[in-house]
Order: sequence, then C-alpha cells, then structure tokens
Amino acid sequence: MNEQEIRGMVADVKEGTMSRRSFIQRMAAVGIAAPIASQILVWNDVAMADATLEYKPTKAGGGGPLKMLLWQAPTLLNPHFASGTKDQIASRIFFEPLAGWDKEGNLIPQLAAEVPSKANGGLSADGKEVTWKLKPGVKWHDGKPFTADDVVFTWEYAADPATAAYTTGAYKDIKVEKVNDLTVKVIFKEATPFWADAFVGVTGQILPKHHFGEYKGAKSREAPANLKPVGTGPYKFTDFKPGDLLTGVRNEDYHVKNQPQFDTLEVKGGGDAVSAARAVLQTGEYDYAWNLQVEDDVLKRMETGGRGKVSAVPSGDIEFIILNPTDPWTEVDGERSSVKTKHPTLSDPKVREAINLLIDRDSVQKFIYGRGGTATASFVNEPKQFKSTKLKYEFNIDKANKILDDAGYKKGADGIREKDGKKLKYVYQTSINAPRQKTQAIIKQACQKAGIDLELKSVTATVFFSSDVANPDTYTKLYVDMEMYTTTQPQPDPERFLNQFVSWEIATKENKWLGRNVSRYSDPAADEAYKAAQKELDPVKRAALLIKVNEIFCEANIILPLLSRTRVAAALNNLSHDHSGWDVDTWNLAAWYRS
Amino acid sequence: MAGSTLASPSADPGVAAVAAPASVSPARETWRRFRRHRLAMASAIILGLLIFGVVVGPWFWPVAINDIDFSATLQGPSLSHPFGTDDLGQDLLARMMYGGRISLAVGLAAMVVATCVGVVIGALAGMSRKYADPFLMWVTDLFLSLPQLPLLLLIIYLFREQLKAVFGVEGGVFVLIVVVIGGLRWMPVARLVRAQFLSLREKEFVEAARAQGATKLRQMTRHILPNALGPVIVASTIEVSSAIIAESTLSFLGLGFPPDIPTWGRLLFDAKDQLDTAPHWALFPGAAIFLTVLSINFIGDGLRDALDPRRVI
Repeated sequence: MNEQEIRGMVADVKEGTMSRRSFIQRMAAVGIAAPIASQILVWNDVAMADATLEYKPTKAGGGGPLKMLLWQAPTLLNPHFASGTKDQIASRIFFEPLAGWDKEGNLIPQLAAEVPSKANGGLSADGKEVTWKLKPGVKWHDGKPFTADDVVFTWEYAADPATAAYTTGAYKDIKVEKVNDLTVKVIFKEATPFWADAFVGVTGQILPKHHFGEYKGAKSREAPANLKPVGTGPYKFTDFKPGDLLTGVRNEDYHVKNQPQFDTLEVKGGGDAVSAARAVLQTGEYDYAWNLQVEDDVLKRMETGGRGKVSAVPSGDIEFIILNPTDPWTEVDGERSSVKTKHPTLSDPKVREAINLLIDRDSVQKFIYGRGGTATASFVNEPKQFKSTKLKYEFNIDKANKILDDAGYKKGADGIREKDGKKLKYVYQTSINAPRQKTQAIIKQACQKAGIDLELKSVTATVFFSSDVANPDTYTKLYVDMEMYTTTQPQPDPERFLNQFVSWEIATKENKWLGRNVSRYSDPAADEAYKAAQKELDPVKRAALLIKVNEIFCEANIILPLLSRTRVAAALNNLSHDHSGWDVDTWNLAAWYRS
Repeated sequence: MAGSTLASPSADPGVAAVAAPASVSPARETWRRFRRHRLAMASAIILGLLIFGVVVGPWFWPVAINDIDFSATLQGPSLSHPFGTDDLGQDLLARMMYGGRISLAVGLAAMVVATCVGVVIGALAGMSRKYADPFLMWVTDLFLSLPQLPLLLLIIYLFREQLKAVFGVEGGVFVLIVVVIGGLRWMPVARLVRAQFLSLREKEFVEAARAQGATKLRQMTRHILPNALGPVIVASTIEVSSAIIAESTLSFLGLGFPPDIPTWGRLLFDAKDQLDTAPHWALFPGAAIFLTVLSINFIGDGLRDALDPRRVI
C-alpha cells in the first residue's frame, strides 16, 4: 500500500464514504497500528470542523431529475469569465476548484486530496508557499485524467492579462510550479496570511488544459468550451441556451463514491425573486430557487403551504449606509463628490452621529428582513473572530435631537434644521428593491422627527450596480449625500473585503470610479492597520488589526452598518442541499439528494 | 351653408341660431345632448367625485401619508383606516388621496399637451397643399418609429437635475413627465386630425366659407376644427389612461417621482407581492385607476355624440 492509496482512503473517510473504523481496520491489515492510523486522520485534518451536508444515499444515480431555478439566468459557463453570481453558480456545476468553503467557513477539499496545513507540510513557516496535493484518479468528463498540468495551466490562463479573466486578481501576483503529477506548489512574493484564494472557491475552478490550451490570452473568448464545458463536476454538460436553460446528465465517473444521486439536471432562468420563491414553495414546480430577496413575511406565507422550506445561512454580506463626507453637488475637475471637497454639513461628525441614532435597525430587521438579516453596528460580522465587540447601535430620536441642538443646528419655519444657512436636507439613494424602499421610508420618518429632511431616490439595480463611466447614478459615483446597498464578502476572511476602507482604493475619476472605497473617507491609522494585517501571520494579531480598520470607519459614522445579511434560498421539503454563505449555491452539488 | 351636409348646429353658430326657432346657444345644445347619454353623465359624476375627493379629501382626513405604525400593518378596511393599511402600517386612504392628485394631474396635463401638439400639427398638415403636409407627416412617422423608452431615459438624464433646481423635486419631475409623455404621444392625434381635415376641407360648407372670403385660419378654426373634434376627443381621453400608466412605469424604473410619493401606479406596484393576503392594498388604487380611465372614456364617448352634428339625439 503506497502513500497515494492511503491518501485516497483518507479522502474517502473525509467524504463519509468510508467509516473511520473501516479505515483503521484496513490499515491494520497492512500492519499499521490503530493509533498511527488515527494519527494519519488527524494529520489530514479529519478532525477539523466540517459542516458539509451528510450524504445518505448509498448509490449514485436513481434520484431522477433535479430542477433548479435561477431567476437571473446564466449567460456563460466559463468560471473565469463569470462576474455575476448566476454564471458562477452555473459553471460550478461542471468545474470544481481544489477546495471550497462550507457554511461555517471551513475549507473542504474538492479536487485536492487534503487541505494544506502546517501539520501536513502544505503551508511553509514563512507564509510564502502553499503545497497542494491533488486527489488521485479524477477524470475529466471526456475521460482524460486530471493532473497538476491542468492546475498550472489554469494559473497561466487566468494570470495572462490578455485573457481578461475576471478572476485574474487571485493569480497575477503568484507563481505556480508543478512538483509531480499530483502535487503543485503556489509561491507568493510576500508572506500571505490569507492564501486560500487561488484555486479555491469561486475564483479557483480548474480548467482542462486539453480544451483551453489553444485559447489562452487574446483568443480566450473564442474557445468552444466556454459554452460547452468539459469539467470534473458531478454532472456532464448536455445543452445550454444562454439566458434560458441549461441541462446536464449524471457523471458516471464522478470522483466521489456514490455521488451524485440525481440522473439529470435542469437549470432554468428567468422571472423575478418572488415568482421563483412561488415556483418552489407554493407550486412545487422546481426543486430549488436561489437568492430570494423577498420580504420575509411573503416567504413565510408561502411556506405555510408545506411544500418547501426556506434556508438562510450566514454570510459576510452587509447592508449599510454611506454618509458622504465630500460635496456631491459641486463639480471639481470634472467630477462631483471629489475628495478635494468637503460636504457642507455631513463633514460635521455631530450630524453623522445624530443620523446613526435615527436608524431603527431592530424594526428594519423585525418587520422587513426577518431571516434575511441581523441588525448590527459592525461592518464585518462573519467569521465571528473578526467581528468588533465594541461597536453598539442605538435608536434614540431624543438623543439625536439633543446632539443637533448642542451642535447649533436650529429648526427653521419648515421644521428643517439649519446652521449658517446650510439646511440638513439630503438625497438618500439606493437600488430598486422592495425591502430597501421600505427601509428608506422608515429612516426618512425618523429623520423627519429630528428635523432632517431626506429626499428618497431609487435607481434600477442594473444601472446602480453597473460600472458605466458615463452614468451619474452608479453606486461608486456617489453623487448623493447618503447611499445604501449591500456589499458581498466572497471569502471567509475580511482582508480583501476591508480594502473598501483604504485611501489608495478611493473611487475617483482617474480610476474610472472602479476604486473600492466608495465612501471616499480615509484615515492614516486605518491604512496603517490594513497594511500591517496584510503581512501579519499571527491570526489573533491579524484579526485585531482588521477589527481596528472596521472600527475606525464605523466610529466615524461614515459607514452605518444596518444588517448582516444571510443568503436565502428555497428548496422542496424532500431535497437536502448544502447551502454555504461563503461559496456559490452549487459548491457541493454532488452531495445533494432527495429523500 | 347649403349642400349635401346636414345642418350642423355646432359648426356655424350663426346659422344654428337662425335655424332653431327656440334660440339655444351651441354650448347649451351640446350640454342637452350630452345629458341624454346616461353612461357619460354617470361617468362625469364619478370623475367629479374622484377629483373632488383628492382635492378636498385631505382636509377632512388629515392623516400623514408616511406615518409608520408597525402595530397595524396590512390591516383591511376599518373605521380607523377606511381603506386599510400597507405593510408599514401607513394609512392607504391618505396615501391614495395624496397620490391621486399627482396621478390625475399627470394624466390630464399630459393629455392636454399631447392633444394640443397633435391638433396643431395635424391641422397644419391637413390644410397644407404643398410641402408642409409631407414634411409634417415625415416628422410624425419619425416620432412613431423612435424607441420611446431609451429616449425617455436620455431626456430624463439630461434634464432632471436642471428642472429639479427650477421647480423643486416633485414639480420638476411633474413637468418632465408631462412634457415627455405628452411630447411622445401626440402622433395618433395628429394623424386623426389630418385625416379629418383632408376630407372636411373639400366639403361644400368650407367652400362656401372660402367663397365668402374667410381666411385659411378662420376656415380652420371656425369651420373645420369644430367638425373634426369628435374623434380627437375620444383619442385624447385614451391618452389620459396611458399617461397614468406611463407614469407608474417611470416610477418603477426609478425615473419618476421619488419612491415615497404614493402615486396610484406606485401603490399598485408596491402591493403586488402581497396580493394574496392584502388584496385591499391593490384593489383601491387599481379601482381608482380603472374608474378614472373608464369614466374619462365614457365622457369622451358622450362628448363625441353630443358634438356630432350628423347625429340626431
């Protein structure tokens, strides 16, 4: 029994297809004592927390069709071009990364034999190298074996600027070397505490070299496999009508034993969130619907039918308000909200403090979002070790009034406060989405009682979230006083997420408003803490630094967090699915089953 | 005023006065004929009540339109909330009265703009015997073939901020929507008017007027236009309904009024997800739009009959 075989068996234990006991018995049969066999499992992090779905069927196939509804329809199937979640979900059916994230933020191996750790030698002590061992015996859908060459190729493909891959950020600053057919080494230029980006999760799906090899670089968009994927996933591609329907059949050679259970797969696009929820919860036409941005009341009522259930998993996504510290109504050098300007009233910390007191977060949660979010005062809420315990929120109109009185803002004849002729009148913008318009109404009413007048503005989501340079209504332009939206945290590590708070990421005309710091606020202390966190290998110290960045912005009341969002999906009662807030919905599609 | 055309009391008031022994003015004669049209009369009363309700209603029902009350969400009609409440516990009656002012004003104002532009262009084209007619019809075809939604978006992006600065938030959007909806919906009216003019200008009574030395302008305004008005009135009443609906489309795209201004279209849009449990929320604004549009159509119908000189009532 060689090392490769033992690794394969360890992987089987992890997937639950082999019990711990039979592993130890098989080891004993070749002369390895039980304690050592158990040690092998520990070294391989089998004891590591694992919150994946327990897979119960005892054979692959026989589950009939699985019908999913993505109300925003997928339009392409190459995971490295997929900027929208809908495309990422669709391509993840066919392609897999080396490892994915489960609902508690644990790294779960998929095409890797094990997750690199210090214990198994996968992580170097200086934090500059990661060694991935690949799972043996994995085959592409066309029967060719999956090897380290494919992994190295995926890096070359995504790192090439001419490919114009959406995932290029994870690959352009690293080097990947093939050690042997089943081992690759990732080398970073500097110590990198958060190494699980390349080859992991949404950005990490591995492409077959023999299908994409000729299409690296400028020809990348011409590859036939962009629309006819050949991957390693649990379902093989059958047909794809972009924007409408995607179908697949069971991969009989799937590398996890007894998976998947369903014989065919159908992914249908179109409609809106409410009708998607209805198609699962009320009529039962579909098995699964994703991303249900619907008022919780509506979902609860649909659930009373008893056909399906709603599942909400925590994620790092946060719904928040930005108070613009720059002047959105004066144009300087061809842009409004320029960092060279100061907002006439919102630059006053007292006004911002008062507004923060006027947000009734508990009511917003209780009456609008329900299971869709939890009221919070911290920008980072998940994973828990990065959440600030210091930040608290309060809803107190009297206190807000007092702060404004003390700061010298007097109520005029129209009931609106002003000081030195500057009125507290603001434009408050968000995207069109029923829960958001209600939140706007609630905040507007509270502000009215404190003598602040809000003009509500709502912009259609496709415009609001677009990166169209010519459009004044995009969220990164921030041509308003207040703005509310949700920002998504794609990995269970807030480092990338918190680059929204650093000075070199401020959205300006020069960077075509692609900068991540939309609030335009900056603080040297936050910059410094962020830079230190990028190099800090001690997880505790690093968490403290990142919490500090978060607190600086929240305490300045520039960023007013409202709700820590959950990801909400609906499924039929008899469908067991594995829904993670840190990866796409289909990340563990192979383990879904119907009971 | 002889010839094959039947005597027309409305076309030439002077003649009508002589012809009818019991002297009645044309306006009174129209009113007499209109009153006979029962549906039109009933519609006029309903529309009158609606307008009266939204104009003076808020004085009798002084509840704030944005008073949030989480203890009374999605309640059906009751004494404290005659039209029920929405999902934030806001009083629907107050919101409907406030929104009704805007919806009705938008609908009527847009109709006036569309009809005026349509009549002027149609009349000029219909009277012209040289180049103006083909040219104006090209313009009409051009406007008909323009994709309206992208054009709307463009106009709104270009002018929203300026108009807001001049007329205030609601006023600016109001002017913009009325001009845009009116300005993009005059084409059917223009075509109708032109067709009427082309046929009427060759009629004997117009020839007679010309023989008496009437100028072109006088022929148009005194002789042809009154006879062409019937179909125009019907066409323009339809514009009212399409303007109310177009306003809600714009609000839906985030380009109309701010989301907290409860126009009838916006109320209907907000209510759609709760149709199964709170039907009252959608039914009241829906019924208001329905009644307005229907009654305006019937009034148009009645007016056409009353103004039609060839019809004996």
